Amino acid sequence: MTGFLVEALSWALILAGAFFTIVGALGLMRMPELFTRMHAASITDTLGATLLILGMMLQAGASLVALKLLFILLLFFATGPVVTHALAQSALHARVEPELAEDRRARAAEPPGDGRQP
Amino acid sequence: MFATAAAAILVALVLAVTRAVKGPTVFDRVLAANSVGTLAILLLAVFGFLTRRPEFLDIGLTYALLNIIGTLAVLKFFRHGDLAYDVDEERKP
Repeated sequence: MTGFLVEALSWALILAGAFFTIVGALGLMRMPELFTRMHAASITDTLGATLLILGMMLQAGASLVALKLLFILLLFFATGPVVTHALAQSALHARVEPELAEDRRARAAEPPGDGRQP
Repeated sequence: MFATAAAAILVALVLAVTRAVKGPTVFDRVLAANSVGTLAILLLAVFGFLTRRPEFLDIGLTYALLNIIGTLAVLKFFRHGDLAYDVDEERKP
């Protein structure tokens, strides 16, 4: 009974991981510009990888294979934000501007205009 | 089940490679290359389970380490035009 439950749970996790991997890749393909594409690619890096690896860890049981999968997962958690941050910083440094529906940067720079300044 | 996951990862790889080829900016290509690396690691792990020999996950770990170093090196190169740039040189007008 427990074996069946573990099997079903790992099925569900792996199928959900496969689904989110494809969703992330579709976003990487279809999104209009760099920063939205980074947003989409992070789905593959976080949700897709996490669910797939958790499902495979359930399949592996308590063994060295599960430990290696855990290390790969922790490595993803550490490197994903670093790479995304470096990429965004590098793109902004190279004047790749995000497409904005409304540019609020000028409004944030000036003081609030309600006449109640100290 | 592993065959389904492997097929999904392969489809995602095709989409990521398409983005790397189309690209408009170099940063799109770097992002796609990083995604290809992530998907390759996942494919290695799934393929190990698919062939019932999940022992060669070490290759995936090594590939993950190489992937981040390669991505950061490429980004640094495109930001400074040089991998061994001088900080003082950048501060000059």
